[in-house]
Amino acid sequence: MTSYWKRNQLRLAPWLFLAPGAAMFLVYVIIPIFQSLSLSFYDWDGLGDATYIGTANYVELLDDEAFYTSLKNNVIWLALYLLAVPAGLFIAIFLNQTVRGIRIYKSLFFFPFVISQVVVGLMFSWFYAPNFGLFYKLIEWLTGDGIAILADEKYVTYGIIVAGLWPQIAYVMILYITGLNNIAPDQVEAARLDGAKGWKMLWHVILPQLRPATFIAVVVTVIGALRSFDLVSIMTDGGPWGSSRVLSFYMYEQALSEYGFRMGYGAAIAVVLFAIMMVFISGFIWKMWRDETER
Amino acid sequence: MTQLKTGAFALTAALMMSGSAFAQTRTLNYNADFDPAPLAAFQAIIADFEAENPDVKVTLNNFDHEGYKTAIRNFLSADSPDLANWYAGNRMAPFVNAGQFMDVSDVWADNGLSEQLASAKASMTIDGKQWGVPYTYYQWGIYYNKDVYKAAGVEVPTTWDGFIENCAKFKAAGVDCLTTGSKALWPIAGIFDYLNLRTNGYEFHMDLTAGKVAWTDDKVKATFAEWAKVLPYTTENHAAIDWQDAAALLVQGKAANYVMGNFAVANFKEGGMTNDTLGFLVFPEITAGLPRAEDAPTDTIHIPAGAKNVDDAKKFLAFVARADVQTKLNAALGQLPTNKGATVDAADPFLSAGFEALSSAYALAQFFDRDAPAEMAKIGMEGFQEFMVKPDRLDAILDRLEKSRDRIYK
Repeated sequence: MTSYWKRNQLRLAPWLFLAPGAAMFLVYVIIPIFQSLSLSFYDWDGLGDATYIGTANYVELLDDEAFYTSLKNNVIWLALYLLAVPAGLFIAIFLNQTVRGIRIYKSLFFFPFVISQVVVGLMFSWFYAPNFGLFYKLIEWLTGDGIAILADEKYVTYGIIVAGLWPQIAYVMILYITGLNNIAPDQVEAARLDGAKGWKMLWHVILPQLRPATFIAVVVTVIGALRSFDLVSIMTDGGPWGSSRVLSFYMYEQALSEYGFRMGYGAAIAVVLFAIMMVFISGFIWKMWRDETER
Repeated sequence: MTQLKTGAFALTAALMMSGSAFAQTRTLNYNADFDPAPLAAFQAIIADFEAENPDVKVTLNNFDHEGYKTAIRNFLSADSPDLANWYAGNRMAPFVNAGQFMDVSDVWADNGLSEQLASAKASMTIDGKQWGVPYTYYQWGIYYNKDVYKAAGVEVPTTWDGFIENCAKFKAAGVDCLTTGSKALWPIAGIFDYLNLRTNGYEFHMDLTAGKVAWTDDKVKATFAEWAKVLPYTTENHAAIDWQDAAALLVQGKAANYVMGNFAVANFKEGGMTNDTLGFLVFPEITAGLPRAEDAPTDTIHIPAGAKNVDDAKKFLAFVARADVQTKLNAALGQLPTNKGATVDAADPFLSAGFEALSSAYALAQFFDRDAPAEMAKIGMEGFQEFMVKPDRLDAILDRLEKSRDRIYK
C-alpha cells in the first residue's frame, strides 16, 4: 500500500485535492443538469406520479406565445446589457486620473454594485412609479403626459434593463480600473514619444493591454443578461400581462411559483435556456483554451 | 473526559425524563401561515382547545404567508404535520387528488357540520367527500368613499347602469370612478368574477372556471362588454400599481369605488377613513332577475394523509367548526364565521353588511384563482389585465384563453 502511494503520489495528489470540489460540482451541477433534461420529458406537478410524455413539452413550447416573448426579451437583454462594457470602460478611463480624493469618487461609482439587486429593483420601481415617481414626473413635465414605464408593454423591458445596467456598469468599471493599473507605463511613454494620443493611443496601445479585462467583462455581462431574474421578479413580476418575462423567470413561473408547478414544462424551458447559454459558454471556453495553448 | 461523560449521562437522563412526560400528553403538530394579527387570534383558540383537552399539546409552526404556498408541497410528503392550513375550492384539488389530504367526512357527519356549515360545504366537497373544515371567510364587494360621493352629488347606485352613469359624473369631477391595482393581478380577478356572476349567473361562472364552457362563448363576451363600459373610468396605469397603492387613492379621495375583499378595510382605516366616510356596497345588478351570488374566499384546515395523531386532529377540526369558537375566532380576525350559528360584531358595519350579504346570497364562489385551476387562473388574470389596457385585443385574448383551456382541463 505505502509503496503504491510512494510510487504514484505525484499522479494521485492532484486528484485527491480536486475530489471535494469535484464531488460538489457533480452533485450540485452535473447531476441536476441531467435530471432537468430527463424531467423535461415528463408531465409532473411535483406531487403525484410523473407521466412520460416524450417531447410534448417541447412541442408545446414551439406554440407558446409566452415562450417567444421571453426569448425575445432575453435577446434584447443580451444586446443592451453589453452596453455595460463600453460604458464601464468610459467611466474607468474617466476615473483613471490622479486628482485629490479620486478614491472617494471611484468608490461612489462602484456603489451600485454593492447594493443588492432587490434594492436596485425597488429604487427603480419608485423612480418609474406613476403619479409620484421622479422619472414619471420628469416625462410629465416635458411632454405634459406621464408614462408609466412598468405598465407599458412597449417600454417595460427597457426600463428593467436600465435598472440592471446601473450595477453592471459599475462592475465592468472596476474590472477596467484594475486593468488600467496594470498597463505598462513604458509602452504608453514610448507611444507618446512616437506621437500617439487620443483615439489612436486608446485603440492601439491601451485597449490591447486591456484584453483580459475585456474578456472577463464580456463573459460576466453575457451570463448576467441570460440569467436576469431578480430585477424582473421585483419590478414587474413578469407583467404587464407577461410582457417583461425572460426565460429564467418564465421557467420559475411555470415550475415553482404560486400558479405553476408544471415541473416538466419548467424543465423544458430550463433546457432551452441552458442550450443558449452553452453556445456562449463553449465559445468562451474555446477562446480560453486557445489562448492558453498559444503560449 | 470524565466531565464529558457525566454531562452525557445527564443529557440522556433528561431526554428519557422528557420522553416519559410526553407519553401522557399527546402532541398535535399544526403548520399554518398566519399573519401577526390572525396568529394571536389563533393562539387564543389553541389555548382554549388545550384547556378543554388537557392531555393534548398543540405545537403551532407558523410559516411566512407566501413561503407557505411552496413549503406545503414539501412538508406534506417529507415531514407531515397533523394539521395544515389551506384554501377551499379548486385550490385543494391537487392535494386531494394526490392523496395528500385525509377524508374527514366523518367529522362532518358526527358533528352535524353539513347543516351548520351549509354555505361552505360545496366548496369543501370533492368526489362527494369533505376534505377539511372551514374556519373563516370574508365578503368581496365595492368599497366607496362617501365624501367623494357627496362632493360629486351622486347617489349610491343599485344597478350597473346607475353605476356607469355615476362614473361620468365622477370623471367630470376629476375622480377615478373605479380604482384597482393590477400589479399582482388578483385584484382584477374580483372585478371579472362579479361582472360574470351578475351578467351570466353563478352556474355559468362555475362552469367557466371548471372548464366546461368555452372562453369564446358569447356569454363571456357579454361580460367583457359590460367591463368595457367602465374601463374609461378606471384608474390609469393600474398595471404598475399594487393594491395598497390603489387603496391610498380611495382614501385620498382621488377615486370613488374599489372592488375589494373585506381585509382591505384595515388599510382604508389606517389611511384615516372611518365608518362615516367608508361605505360598502354589494356589487350592483347587471342582468335583472338573476339570483345574487357572491365571492367569499374560505380559509380552511386539513388533516394531511401522513398525520400521526389523527384522533386528536379530528377533535381539533370539530372544535374549530363549533359556533362559539368561530364567533370568538372571527371577532379577533375581523372576518366572518362560516358556522351559521355564530354571530358577528353588530357594531362593525362592514362585517354586518358582509354577513347579511353572504347569508342571503343564492350561492358563494371562492374567487377566480381558487375556483379555476392555478394555471388557468394565472393565464386568465393576465388576459384580464391585457384587456383592461388594450380592450381592442379581446378576441385574441379569448382565443388564447380557449387554447389554454383545451390543454389544462384534460
